[in-house]
Amino acid sequence: MLSKKIEFMVGIFVALGIAAFLGLALKVADSGLQGSGDTYQLYAKFDNIGGLKVRSAVKVGGVVVGRISNIHLDKSHYTPIITLDIFVEYDNFSETSSLSILTAGLLGEQYVGLDPGFMDEELGIEILQPGDFIEDTKPAIVLEELIGQFLFSQSED
Amino acid sequence: MLDKIQWLGRTAINVIAGLGRAAFVLGSAISHIPNVRKGLPLFIQQVYSVGVLSLIIIMVSGTFIGMVLALQGYTVLVDYGAEGSLGPMVALSLLRELGPVVTALLFAGRAGSALTAEIGLMKATEQLSSLEMMAVDPLRRVIAPRFWAGFFSMPILAAIFSMLGIIGAHLVGVEWLGVDQGTFWSVMQSDVDMLDIIKGGIKSLVFAFVVTWIAVYKGYNCIPTSEGISRATTSSVVQASLLVLGLDFILTALMFT
Repeated sequence: MLSKKIEFMVGIFVALGIAAFLGLALKVADSGLQGSGDTYQLYAKFDNIGGLKVRSAVKVGGVVVGRISNIHLDKSHYTPIITLDIFVEYDNFSETSSLSILTAGLLGEQYVGLDPGFMDEELGIEILQPGDFIEDTKPAIVLEELIGQFLFSQSED
Repeated sequence: MLDKIQWLGRTAINVIAGLGRAAFVLGSAISHIPNVRKGLPLFIQQVYSVGVLSLIIIMVSGTFIGMVLALQGYTVLVDYGAEGSLGPMVALSLLRELGPVVTALLFAGRAGSALTAEIGLMKATEQLSSLEMMAVDPLRRVIAPRFWAGFFSMPILAAIFSMLGIIGAHLVGVEWLGVDQGTFWSVMQSDVDMLDIIKGGIKSLVFAFVVTWIAVYKGYNCIPTSEGISRATTSSVVQASLLVLGLDFILTALMFT
């Protein structure tokens, strides 16, 4: 029959495996509690999304409030439309909020910066409802265009 | 000329028949899931000799591979001021590729060869035939527990390998080379997805299946002489390693594109 030692060693082996898996899931991928919480969708049209990717972050003042869940091209106007999954705990952005595509650091990832707007019920400015479009968007800065503008303005002087 | 055609035909028939026998061994190994009363002690015994005894080599190589990755990655990344990306670089390469693949290769060398040699020697000393004489199905008593033990152990070994690799990278990157600890973990956490872990797990399951299948088949099917056992052991390791590398490419192409 099996000796107690072998059973014990196999037990340790399995425990180590579970610990390693949990370590990978929680410490490395950090997919514990947040990230898959409830979200609602907002949409926005951009002239140019630069290097934005699906799963890029949406941040307000540096705090992640959601992620990009879909990017596609509007076929009638040929402008990119992005879908933003915003966590339900952040559910009171006003209609005057604006979006801009920013870069983390000089070479870092691009993310969407959400600038919350003011709210005024007398002027008829309301809170964004799920499925609404955010109208005020600023396109991504494309480095080549920037350099082109700079050279152009230099040559004018 | 005629000899050569004969040889070609014989080889082809042998290969196909070998595939058939391999499928048969696999089928009966899979269908005999160890039951609780009789099979479980055999299974645990095999997990010990296949998994637990491979633990040392897996842990040592995992740690060192993580350390080397961190060292190599750092020297390249620091030129671009991107040493903050060391964490995801190490974690992703371990989880997606090196963890499953290197574990499978080490497993084939450490445990697969032992399985083949053990079963081969059992065949050569006619232990398998004696089992049959006693109306015990050797496929059920000998092959199935070993197959399931290998299939069970390797994903665990791969997870331990990846985790220790990341800890090794932390040792070198953070403790020695001075990458910021917070950056190391937070960039890793934002870049590594649960899907990466699951896909790595799928890979190591597939590799475990292939490696143990080849190991038990080669042992069960070997020519029962000392030379036959040595050949079976060699070809078990060689074929398992080649198949792991080939399958890795296919799985990567399927899952990560």
